[in-house]
Amino acid sequence: MNEPKRAHKVYAIERGTVIDHIPSPMALKVINILGVTRQGILSVGINFPSKKLNRKDIVKVENLELTAEVTDRLSLVAPTATINIIEGWKVVEKRPIHLPAEFVGILRCPNPKCITNAEAVRTRFLREGEGRAFAVRCAYCERLYRNPAELVV
Amino acid sequence: MDFQGRSIVSIRDFQREEIQYVVQRAMEIKQGRHADCLKGKVLATLFFEPSTRTRLSFEAAMVRMGGQVFGFADPNVSSATKGETLSDTIRTVCGYCHVIAMRHRIEGAARLASEVSSVPVINAGDGANQHPTQTFLDLVTIQEEVGRLTNLRVGMLGDLLHGRTVHSLAMALSLFGAEFVFIAPQSLRMPEDLTAHLAAAGRSFAEIEDMKDIGKPLDVLYVTRIQKERFEDFQEYQKVAGSYRITPDVLSQAGEKVRIMHPLPRVDEIAPEVDRLPNALYFRQAHNGIPTRQALLGLVTGAIS
Repeated sequence: MNEPKRAHKVYAIERGTVIDHIPSPMALKVINILGVTRQGILSVGINFPSKKLNRKDIVKVENLELTAEVTDRLSLVAPTATINIIEGWKVVEKRPIHLPAEFVGILRCPNPKCITNAEAVRTRFLREGEGRAFAVRCAYCERLYRNPAELVV
Repeated sequence: MDFQGRSIVSIRDFQREEIQYVVQRAMEIKQGRHADCLKGKVLATLFFEPSTRTRLSFEAAMVRMGGQVFGFADPNVSSATKGETLSDTIRTVCGYCHVIAMRHRIEGAARLASEVSSVPVINAGDGANQHPTQTFLDLVTIQEEVGRLTNLRVGMLGDLLHGRTVHSLAMALSLFGAEFVFIAPQSLRMPEDLTAHLAAAGRSFAEIEDMKDIGKPLDVLYVTRIQKERFEDFQEYQKVAGSYRITPDVLSQAGEKVRIMHPLPRVDEIAPEVDRLPNALYFRQAHNGIPTRQALLGLVTGAIS
């Protein structure tokens, strides 16, 4: 049986954001960190074959154009991801993930003596270092964490 | 350089030129300049954690510049005991004063306070994190006694793992091209993130366990206390504490001209015989807390510009 050249295992969307090249199996973390769980229809593909990554996940967010500020959070859990903005079934913008200088409100400081665990404070972490192996420093207690992905709420 | 309205939260917030600027203003105050410039200004000292020495130093600094002070020294009298958040306390108190000096046992408390306050907040210690006015007074002392902050060879001795004073001072001096000798037992070495920072900044440092290995003479030897509580085994503590005790023999190991500093209080890590040596700076260092805090209070309130 002949398979079609490009099978849409996750169906195409008319408008919204497609996040491709997510390392498997991080798709659910991606949805979580983007904060899109309750924002319209999501389709998720896990463990798709990929030339670049061997296995990859895909997340499609319908009717929502995610800004770079939001998608750059993925540097924590899916730095290889590519972002495609879709309008009228076509890709109108394609962009990689950039490393933001700071992460606001998406990480939790594990230091029990930090003010962010004592009072209702929006957490803020500053990035230190470049590349995939960056660390983050809590803007409040100033402790350094080398595995920022572990701090994702 | 404009410091008016700026909070003093962490030494990490400062560039080399800004540090030099603050140190210069403190030196001017020691020469009799800026007298009474804080007349009409009010400082609130909010000590959610007791620290008599630091609080008195802030209050003396304010009063000696013509300003006035109110506050509390004991958290049990503050509204925090009724369950009020720190943010709400600060939002209220900032309407009563021109500047706040605060100490809190929770790390990052001063940063949060500076974000919600309409007047500058000076961090007088937030747990194990920062105590920037201590670092500034250390730098004022070094500038005064050595005559420069640049290209110093600095030894740091004792509990380098937990000592926030040595962490902040090393960060600050690294901006001025210092090279370091860290002298500590294996279990109390400088945290790896600090040594990584120094390495990334291109600073050279040695980590040794024995003062005999100091090598070239030091300009400054900064001594900190090794606390008993850090050791599970009391005998181990006694062994370590004994081998890091400073006696007049230190001059043969660290150089005849080495200036000996200590943030105080000391217990027995510096022998009393050392006090009589011209090398002993620690009491003058403590006194420099006044002009240093005067300079910072003057700068952030806009009284010195």
